Amino acid sequence: MGADALTLSYRNRELAYLVVVGVITAVGFASVYISRKSHVSAASLTYAVFFFALYLAAHVVARLTVPKADPYLLPIAGLLTAVGLTEIYRLGPSNALKQGLWVVIGVAVFSAALVGLRRDYRLLENYKYLFGLAAIGLLFMPLLPGIGQTVNGARLWIHFAGFQFQPGELGKIALIVFLAAYLREKREVLAQGRIKDWGPLLVIWGGAMLVLFATDDLGSALLYYGIFLAILYAATARFAFVAAFIVLFFAGSAAVYQGTPHVRERVINWLWPWTTHKVFCPLTGTMTLRQDCSSYQMVQSLYSIAHGGFGGTGLGAGVFANAQGQPLIPDLSTDFIYSALAQELGLIGAAAVLLIYMVFVLRGFRVSLGADDGFSKLLAAGLTFGFALQTFVIVGGILRVIPLTGITLPFVSYGGSSIIANFLVVAGLMLVSNRANSVADG
Amino acid sequence: MNRQLVRLALVAVLLLVVLVVATTYWQAWAAGGLAARQDNAVELVSQFQVARGLILASDDKTTLAANRKVKHNGQTFYFRRYPQHGLAAQTVGYSTSALSQTGLEESLNDYLTGASTNLSNAIQRTLDRLGGATVYGDNVVLTINAGAQALAQQLLGDRCGAVVAMNPRTGAIYAMASSPTYDPNLIDKPGGYAKVLKITGACGASSALLNRATDGLFTPGSTFKMVTAAAAIDSGALTPASRFNDPGYCVEYGKHVSNAGNPDQRGPEAYGNVTLAEGFQHSINSVFCNVGKQIGAKTILDYAKRFGFYSTPPLETPANQRVPSGLYHDVKGRPVLWFPKDPATAVDPGRLAFGQFNMVATPLQMLLVASTIANGGVLPRPYIVDRVVGHDGSIVERTRPSNLGRAIKPQTAADLTQMMISVVQGGTGTAAQIPGIQVAGKTGTAETGINNVYTAWFVCFAPANDPKVAVAVVLEKQLNGFGGAVSAPIAKQILEKLLHG
Repeated sequence: MGADALTLSYRNRELAYLVVVGVITAVGFASVYISRKSHVSAASLTYAVFFFALYLAAHVVARLTVPKADPYLLPIAGLLTAVGLTEIYRLGPSNALKQGLWVVIGVAVFSAALVGLRRDYRLLENYKYLFGLAAIGLLFMPLLPGIGQTVNGARLWIHFAGFQFQPGELGKIALIVFLAAYLREKREVLAQGRIKDWGPLLVIWGGAMLVLFATDDLGSALLYYGIFLAILYAATARFAFVAAFIVLFFAGSAAVYQGTPHVRERVINWLWPWTTHKVFCPLTGTMTLRQDCSSYQMVQSLYSIAHGGFGGTGLGAGVFANAQGQPLIPDLSTDFIYSALAQELGLIGAAAVLLIYMVFVLRGFRVSLGADDGFSKLLAAGLTFGFALQTFVIVGGILRVIPLTGITLPFVSYGGSSIIANFLVVAGLMLVSNRANSVADG
Repeated sequence: MNRQLVRLALVAVLLLVVLVVATTYWQAWAAGGLAARQDNAVELVSQFQVARGLILASDDKTTLAANRKVKHNGQTFYFRRYPQHGLAAQTVGYSTSALSQTGLEESLNDYLTGASTNLSNAIQRTLDRLGGATVYGDNVVLTINAGAQALAQQLLGDRCGAVVAMNPRTGAIYAMASSPTYDPNLIDKPGGYAKVLKITGACGASSALLNRATDGLFTPGSTFKMVTAAAAIDSGALTPASRFNDPGYCVEYGKHVSNAGNPDQRGPEAYGNVTLAEGFQHSINSVFCNVGKQIGAKTILDYAKRFGFYSTPPLETPANQRVPSGLYHDVKGRPVLWFPKDPATAVDPGRLAFGQFNMVATPLQMLLVASTIANGGVLPRPYIVDRVVGHDGSIVERTRPSNLGRAIKPQTAADLTQMMISVVQGGTGTAAQIPGIQVAGKTGTAETGINNVYTAWFVCFAPANDPKVAVAVVLEKQLNGFGGAVSAPIAKQILEKLLHG
């Protein structure tokens, strides 16, 4: 008992971290309440309680199904969802309720995945082609008439029974499972360069890329490309493949840049968001400064970030609406939530959030390194790298490191599909680590 | 496989490190530049969340600019309102909900929004901001005397022109009125700005937004004789007793420059044998024409510079709302300050001496000439902000009166004061007499190029033996309106208001 008390079990550590996260969440909501009590009710504080209870339930499921899983992943997911939920709540309390509901569904899916795969998740390998086709199918769904819906020029959503859903987020998980399984099996022959084994890989991955271009989902295209390269490199250890695909990437990008005005506009907004002379504005058909037209969102988002400065305005005190109450930055709670966070939390807070992502990524790779079979390693590495790359693509786009493409910030952005997909990432990593730790501990 | 995994992990971490660096760049490095950008809507809105400081007249009660609170989605915004509906409109300026600003609203923006402040206030403000409490800007108390300002505007009526009054010892501005004027509350209303642009005064010209006191250039006419006389006496070339023969004209370049048609001159067309002082008293052009010829254009311009001509007078209003006085000439159809290379040949000294030729001056500049004479020869530094006061009542900043250097010797100033007294006692400016108080003044009636239409000036100070107030009045396009007849009575009433209360 004495030794056990000093070295807490995995799950007891997880519980302790969750308590810390619960306290931080309560402080966050209290902070929003204090600064916005004029139109926020004290009942909002129950969010923190509800939130803690929800993660406690997830913890109990983990305790029963994956007792030896990494103890950091679930609390970090909790902390990030709390950050997101607090900010979404601050931006629009009605959205927070919906987001809260999605977190409930996310935890349910997480629990279902743990319960369903607790004995051996590796049986997923047997269904790899099913996952590959599922990835394409999910990506294709928004193109179907009737349920598909176009939002901001990209056809990424399906819509039924009052719910909006972006199936591409789940497609990402399916594709990672396919890639991990396929490359585990074929890694040697691929590394030796047997051409015919590339076939299924390129068909499924290429199919996914084609659908992404058809839906104008450039952010996801970039993400899928990166994940593919990462798993390919991890599996084959052939840097030449990576180099070849990177060359292909730039060649393809150049072609896409030439061929699609939509892409060209993104790149121009990225390189020259401000103009001193008037340019043609395709949105209004008139001549205006670019910062008043196509780069407006990006430029105002940078102003929002800059306004935060070192310490931020404080939760609830940021400026996101004009004097008439109209929002200054479109899509603030989804794609642009980082610029809201950066303004209210400042450099200190934004850097802290990025460091939380970093810890998650490091834990994820640790899980991958600790696994003892190829599929588990590739699965964990793929999920983790995808998580990191997704964060980079959206935050880097907002910060003008790369051209802006609208995808969600894992766990933080408003949006159900993203929440569910990321809970699946956590479930996957916990399943892998549970197995690895069980083997190691005997 | 682990080696590849470690490398992938490094790449992933590196990507996130790039994000930390980029965030640091935008929030620390580039933040200042972005905040200053015109199209920064975030900064614009955040300014409206600050309870902007009030702008008050010198009595600390009359509020020239106040706030109107608007609640929107639980957020409080502060927009401007102007309770006096245009008292000192051009000087105070406006600040609209589109953040278009002029006047003191523009130049004092940092104080009014609390951006420019001392350390203890800055900490308090940061705490307020974090706690969600209202952030208050600093209040500004002006030197403007609300009563005199209102009287000046009332006396101007719909006539185009300006009235400026100051303390000649300290430079504190008591009144700064410009007509036609406007109600700044209009600017923020739909179509209001266009309406303001259409306001016209009796002179036909519009530009109600123009602060004629500091931004309007007028031919000074005979008021410029103060500068010429100062140059003649201070340089030692002449004394007030120096004698001149006035045949009714002066000969320049072989041609007659006639007194006839000098609307400012009182009495006979030809005075005959007179002193410089008498020439000043009766504003005889031929006398000053000869003075100009005798001392030369360069001496006159040098003294004009000592009085502040050729430089933009310092004041707290935005620099683009003040202009330097001096010789102007047309460059591509626009008047531009002219620095003649060789004034002796390029400038007509006779006409310059009585303030015609290419000489133009702002009312503030002519007020500064009179104030310098009143102040024993030292040019006072004009100011309009008495103090900046924090929301808690603490003084953030208080203006300490200072000067812009000595322009003329004390004796010259005393001689000129005597000459100016005689103008009011028995010369062209008798309409400015106040029982029991000795007023010193100078009239000016400048030709406008249209027959019998004049720019009418009166510049004065009182009491002459212990000057407390100096006033400059200019009226544009006065039909048969002479400075002594139309402007002097306005100046007199302003003097009385400020001396008697």
